[in-house]
Amino acid sequence: MASGLTVIFGVSRIVNFAHGSLYMLGAYLAWTLVTSLPRGHLGFWGGVLGAALAVGVIGLVVEMLLLRRIYRAPELFQLLATFGVVLVVQDLALLTWGAQDLLGPRAPGLRGSVEILGLRFPLYELFLIVVGPVVLGLLLLLFHRTRWGTLVRAATQDREMVGALGVNQRMLFTSVFFLGSVLAGLGGALQLPRESVNLHMDLAIITEAFVVVVVGGLGSLSGAALAALLIGELHAFGILVFPKITLVLVFLVMAVVLVVRPHGLRGKPQPAAHGVAAAEPMIGAAPPALKLAGAVALLLAVALPPFLGDYALTVLTEIAICILFAASLHLIMGPGGMASFGHAAYFGLGAYGAALAATWLGVPMLGGLAMAPVLAGIFGVVFGWFCVRLSGVYSAMLTLAFAQIAWSVAFQWVELTGGDNGILGVWPDGWAAPKLAYYYLALALCLGGTLLLRRVVHAPFGYALRAQRDSALRAEAIGIDAFRIRWWGFTLAAIAAGVAGGLFAYGKGSVFPTYLAIPRSVDALLMVLLGGVQTLSGPIVGAIAYAGLQERLMRLLEYWRLVLGAVIILLVLFFPQGLAGAARFFWERRHGDA
Amino acid sequence: MGEWSVARRLLLGGAATALMAPRVARTQGAGQSGPIRIGEINSYSSQPAFLQPYRNAWTLAVEQVNAAGGIHGRPLETLHRDDAGKPEDAVRLAGELVNAERVALLAGGFLSNVGLALADFANQNKRLFVASEPLTDAIVWGRGNAYTFRLRASTYMQCAMLVEEAAKLPVKRWATVAPNYEYGQSAVRWFKELLTRAKPDVSFVAEQFPALGRIDAGATVQALAAANPEAIFNVTFAADLTNFVRQGATRGLFERRRVVSLLTGEPEYLDPLQDEAPEGWIVTGYPWEQINTPEHSAFREAYRRRFNDYPRLGSVVGYDTVMAIAAMLKKTRAVETEPMVAAMKGLQFPSVFGPVEFRALDHQSTMGAYVGRTVLRNGRGTMADWRYADGKNYLPPDDVVRTLRPQG
Amino acid sequence: MATLEVEGIQKSFGGVQAVRGVSFAVEPGEMLALIGPNGAGKSTCFNMLNGQLRPDAGRVRLQGRDITGLKPREVWRLGVGRTFQITATFGSMTVRENVQMALLSHHRRLGQLWRPVARMDAAEADALLARLGMAGQAGRPCGILAYGDLKRVELAIALANQPALLLMDEPTAGMAPQERVSLMALTAGIARERGIAVLFTEHDMDVVFSHADRILVLDRGALIAEGAPQAVRNDPRVREVYLGSGATSGH
Repeated sequence: MASGLTVIFGVSRIVNFAHGSLYMLGAYLAWTLVTSLPRGHLGFWGGVLGAALAVGVIGLVVEMLLLRRIYRAPELFQLLATFGVVLVVQDLALLTWGAQDLLGPRAPGLRGSVEILGLRFPLYELFLIVVGPVVLGLLLLLFHRTRWGTLVRAATQDREMVGALGVNQRMLFTSVFFLGSVLAGLGGALQLPRESVNLHMDLAIITEAFVVVVVGGLGSLSGAALAALLIGELHAFGILVFPKITLVLVFLVMAVVLVVRPHGLRGKPQPAAHGVAAAEPMIGAAPPALKLAGAVALLLAVALPPFLGDYALTVLTEIAICILFAASLHLIMGPGGMASFGHAAYFGLGAYGAALAATWLGVPMLGGLAMAPVLAGIFGVVFGWFCVRLSGVYSAMLTLAFAQIAWSVAFQWVELTGGDNGILGVWPDGWAAPKLAYYYLALALCLGGTLLLRRVVHAPFGYALRAQRDSALRAEAIGIDAFRIRWWGFTLAAIAAGVAGGLFAYGKGSVFPTYLAIPRSVDALLMVLLGGVQTLSGPIVGAIAYAGLQERLMRLLEYWRLVLGAVIILLVLFFPQGLAGAARFFWERRHGDA
Repeated sequence: MGEWSVARRLLLGGAATALMAPRVARTQGAGQSGPIRIGEINSYSSQPAFLQPYRNAWTLAVEQVNAAGGIHGRPLETLHRDDAGKPEDAVRLAGELVNAERVALLAGGFLSNVGLALADFANQNKRLFVASEPLTDAIVWGRGNAYTFRLRASTYMQCAMLVEEAAKLPVKRWATVAPNYEYGQSAVRWFKELLTRAKPDVSFVAEQFPALGRIDAGATVQALAAANPEAIFNVTFAADLTNFVRQGATRGLFERRRVVSLLTGEPEYLDPLQDEAPEGWIVTGYPWEQINTPEHSAFREAYRRRFNDYPRLGSVVGYDTVMAIAAMLKKTRAVETEPMVAAMKGLQFPSVFGPVEFRALDHQSTMGAYVGRTVLRNGRGTMADWRYADGKNYLPPDDVVRTLRPQG
Repeated sequence: MATLEVEGIQKSFGGVQAVRGVSFAVEPGEMLALIGPNGAGKSTCFNMLNGQLRPDAGRVRLQGRDITGLKPREVWRLGVGRTFQITATFGSMTVRENVQMALLSHHRRLGQLWRPVARMDAAEADALLARLGMAGQAGRPCGILAYGDLKRVELAIALANQPALLLMDEPTAGMAPQERVSLMALTAGIARERGIAVLFTEHDMDVVFSHADRILVLDRGALIAEGAPQAVRNDPRVREVYLGSGATSGH
């Protein structure tokens, strides 16, 4: 039973988080329209189409106000912006429609079911089975038979070429985004007779849609259809054979597909970036002002805490841990040039390493802390070997798949990990139990780790990482084994994340599967992007800003997501280089070009 | 690069002073005068549908207690915090409430893992934690500790109530469907164990564990139908339940089959189904409009007056958590952890559902639940033929409980 | 013994024979030019020599050792430096750091995690850059360099490997005529001094005829002439190919 909707969704290949929000808005708007319009065919179908169009318009507005301004920013930064949109939309939906799940009416004329081969199929499901291919067919026609479609296909191949042909790229991209939004809205609206409308729809669908798009191969309509069918079938059969496996099934499939076919089922290798990509800024020695500031901050971080309360110490400890976590991800993303959507896996594995050592082996805290990077490192070596073979979005998605697999193991292996109830009682030894002592321990390890990573970036290994990012051709030609360098870089990042995870476990006293879950990976991503990928101080600033902001907002505001999302969007718009990048820009402007 | 470092310094320094301020200003909070502060942590932003009615009733209860003169002349004050459904954030906020805000005790928790994290924090820091919602048995049994008490009827208790009814049904072939996490798994485990004990000739022919919040209802319904059971035990709730019911109804899964379903009679889950609410399911729940005991009528009216809405089960839980805390505070001499824990043990208080006791044995309250049959009335689902199942009758014998709970 | 010996290498792409059975050798210290009209197969030929492409048939030997089918990084390890037609440098690094990377790789120190690059092989890199007239640019980022200068950086990177063989694909493309002559003179000087065998392709016939010791002419994937500049200049087939394709020297 393939859901035709996933197809609709899969084809709109603009990879952004906000697509899930548009899908959710489609469902909510359809609910509003359908329930307020008179009952009957006109009311229902009119409502569904109206909702789809309305979502298209919302998408249009988002594109024109936000995305259009940041097309030239790095791809991941666009992702960050769309994540801001997700947060804002979630709270706006909560404000508009309230918290309760909403159940829409069923489709008029399609309420019943028919008997096929002794099984009853709801008419509406059959209708969707028809709608999916029809929409797919229409899209294929649109893309292959119209001038507009040809231009869009050309643009995805080679933006500059289309620009050179005198085509208005802006209009082209805006119209693509409009179409994608309408489809997302339609997808959401068509769910109305099947499911209740709720506030968790957006993130639930977006991961699935990402998986479908990636498994099918980026930009391949038929691939997306194939992948949707495949995953739908697997769901239906997997549920019969292994009822408990549904959690990870799609991610297992994705991992297998990507390992076997690195560009998805129907995808082709992405064309190499045209011309020379904008030169990444250099990583130089820190200017004296920065060194001074860093020293002052460090001095404060060491000298101030004895005068702070326990809670402030807890927060500072967490920020220190965040810094190391963000710095470890930055090693892969900045110098390494690889994106990871699943970095939380290594953080969580570190936490579990510590917790398992503490509960099952009964080792003291330092032993547990030592186990953390070991476990994370082992998995970094194994997962990394697969992930670094791929490039770009595929690689990032494979990291996500592995993270989800690790998560589901932690979630389901109840005997070992306690499942979602977690492992409790992972508290520090007596000497480190006072918050101040633990803070200094965390500070020492995290700052030590971060400085070590910084050192590595300045050492030949870090240069080799950057070298393979800057020019794979040249790196290979001077004897650099890019695969091995990336692999060790990945492992090193995993180890550092593991240290952070281990410290986090003892700081919290308990470990849960949420430590490895997608939101934590997203947190790390946000910290790095917020601070700026291109500067070494970026992850540090980003971690402090993000962790601090979230802590403050969550405590003080009911609608903290709205504010956090808005702040992220504003930052993206006005500081596209991240906080540290922006600071560098201002500094250089004031002091003249160095 | 000067700018950002200045910003960083400001941020660090600013945060530090901001964090220090409450400590200086409020150290007297736990003293013997001024309001008694309760720190309440819940997953408000991730579970708003259930926690808004809960918080409303909490507010109502605090207002009532304070209007009646407070506790020995001191008013109650609550500091609510949102953990966004993450146990690690809950632990941090607990630290904030205890260390910076100087609350006298902690309360709250909706998700089981958040509840357990808070319980462990309470144990480590020697603070009283009154868990309101989390259902997991582990919080009072497998991982129970000296500082944690739980109000709501647990997974085990609600299963036991349903098994009593299920055993009376003339059916033998059972199938189960439950969300794939601890609550769902242990509900299925208890149901199987207790039903097999009560009626040894039953068999379980299918088990489905859809992912929480992401049920593929069509496939799940088909898989259940394929096993052709005579009865189904359902543990899904919220959005999963809605989708399951819709798909099950169109595909005829519930025809000629009995369904026993956990929590489905609670308005939180029944109301979104509107006129599609299933009929004839045996459920635990809360028929709020039909309970006319004096204490419940008073509560319902007060809630309606204050919020112009009817109470949900969460409202009862929120209200009674405050009432339990108030009763405990009235019993204790000092607002300090050890005397408060002592007062909680064996505490008896009049809940909205009737008299309830926090058992000294395992810190579980004897609050019960309503067991009945779902029916459609005036285009919406409700319960019929219901009765109040007092929690104290649905707990294992004391010696069994002692083996379940770490002693000492 | 010849530094590089090529025996009957072939390559076809989807049925089109790009290179058909080319054989030649380069001696130490020799400047050998590989010329031919566009599409003659020069770049394909080049890419088979340093391992970027695997020949369908034939052998490539470096100092007597079979290197056919080795990866580019393995070929580099055996002492081959190469420059690209479209320059490939590390844009986020300075000129000096680019050369340092090659030196570090040559010294097999890339795996080091601790000592900062800034303090490693910097003097050696500066000496190399000075030799190529790039001393003044050492601290500038490669991302903002003029194209001609990037060509020099590439040469410095290739030389850092202490190569026995230097492969230069269009080394002077994009340079001013004056610059071309001086760069090739410099290259020839270094090659002779260190006994480096140099194989280069070039469009500029002035450069070819004034600096090559020997010339190979490729047309439609096959060698049509080989010999000293004067002999090649007078070869009727070469004249036909060049006149026929409309290309003349010095464009």
